[in-house]
Amino acid sequence: MAKQFYGKGIPGLAPSELRGTLIAIEGGDGAGRSTQVMMLKEYLERRGFPVIEFGLKRSNLVGKELGEAMEGNSLGPLTFSLFYATDFADQLETTVFTALRAGFVVIADRYIFTPMARDIVRGAHRDWCKEVYGFAPVPDIVIYLKTRSKLQAERIFEKSGVLGYWESGMDIQRSGDMYQCFVRYQDWLRKKFDWMAAEYRFDVVDGNRDPRLIHAEVQERVAHLLEESAPVERTNHNKLPKAPKRKVSAKIRKRPGKSP
Amino acid sequence: MNNSQIAIPGKLIAVEGLDGSGKSTQIQLLRRWLELESYKVFFTEWNSSAIVKKATSKGKKTKSLTPTTFSLIHCTDFADRYERQILPLLMAGYIVLADRYVFTAYARDAVRGVDRQWVRKLYSFARAPDITFFFDVPLQIALGRILAGRPELKYHEAGMDLGLSDSPTESFGIFQGMIYEEYLKISTECNFVRIDATDAPENQQATMRRILQSKIKIEQFKSVSRWRRDRGQTVLR
Repeated sequence: MAKQFYGKGIPGLAPSELRGTLIAIEGGDGAGRSTQVMMLKEYLERRGFPVIEFGLKRSNLVGKELGEAMEGNSLGPLTFSLFYATDFADQLETTVFTALRAGFVVIADRYIFTPMARDIVRGAHRDWCKEVYGFAPVPDIVIYLKTRSKLQAERIFEKSGVLGYWESGMDIQRSGDMYQCFVRYQDWLRKKFDWMAAEYRFDVVDGNRDPRLIHAEVQERVAHLLEESAPVERTNHNKLPKAPKRKVSAKIRKRPGKSP
Repeated sequence: MNNSQIAIPGKLIAVEGLDGSGKSTQIQLLRRWLELESYKVFFTEWNSSAIVKKATSKGKKTKSLTPTTFSLIHCTDFADRYERQILPLLMAGYIVLADRYVFTAYARDAVRGVDRQWVRKLYSFARAPDITFFFDVPLQIALGRILAGRPELKYHEAGMDLGLSDSPTESFGIFQGMIYEEYLKISTECNFVRIDATDAPENQQATMRRILQSKIKIEQFKSVSRWRRDRGQTVLR
């Protein structure tokens, strides 16, 4: 799909080279992103799309060092911010661009918006954050799982039993227990996400539901996106047998919104 | 994070110039002078944050840095020093001497093809120095000084990542030439105070001290403490 960058991009890289599809899944800690990434990946692979995923703090260049620095809790907010940006840029340039050039679907489990929200909550200026991440391509779709902080905490408790130091924003809070800190911090992040949702045109998906219901909605939006771009490459394939799937997803959505 | 404009008690002096321009020698002399006169002074150099250094040297060793990540990782390194050293010291009223400052990044990154405005924005959290001395030396002299003493050039130092030449020495020469051009371009914008680096070293030092005293009311930086650091030892004055 036709790409562009948020800012100046990468020297020597024409956005038109990136013909694959870039899907970003955003949301707070415990919003259910990883589950959705997994389900979406499965869906796409079933349809025959090659998929890779990436996320924060996974680069070969600085991923490990960034993790170590976070355990030591010894870096300032500005340094963290740039460290994350370095990590992100390295993954783009070593993995993501290669895959997009080859026409893959790339799913980002968090994109530039999580680090931006975290940085802004810690006092960074919006415009500065925007400029720093000017090297990032604009995704074809940004799906934002908007979730209540208390539900996020529940999901984390179920998964690992403990809230993390960073996901509770302990570095910037001095009062309250960890749970209170978590809820407060995630509320702050959500406010930043809400601002970005408008600014960057996120597809906002209600994350306070059964994962299968969320997936049905995510799937529908992604399917729509892929069909839009399909005529370019798949003109003669007619329409994919998507009708049954549509019905299934519609049926699921019709159920009254019983929260799990 | 965005306090690059507010007034602060300290002063920031930076030196810039090509490798082999003699800037490090000169700033060390300036530091010795200020220390011996018991001024509150602190010295910091490019590329020295312990935490980030590991990642930087790995990236350099494996040659996996691109112009963008090269730029970002150096900015990360700088930010760490800036947040934990430079800014606190300036707030505490020190004279901070910086061997290379953001201008090194401006020049190097531009030569590597990174957008100039983007680099400036990256570093926009950093205060502009009160004085930036630019050690201007003809390229051939700088090259002669470096290549005479240290023939083993590192990959990035020689600008080999730019693919200018297969010979490290030749690549280094072209690369340094490009950086020099870039320095000249930003000289006015960045308020460089030019020092003729072909002049006798003691004359250069005298010029620096004179300019420093003319721009900074240096008396207010006298250390009140009778203790001072000298050659790594604390001695009683």
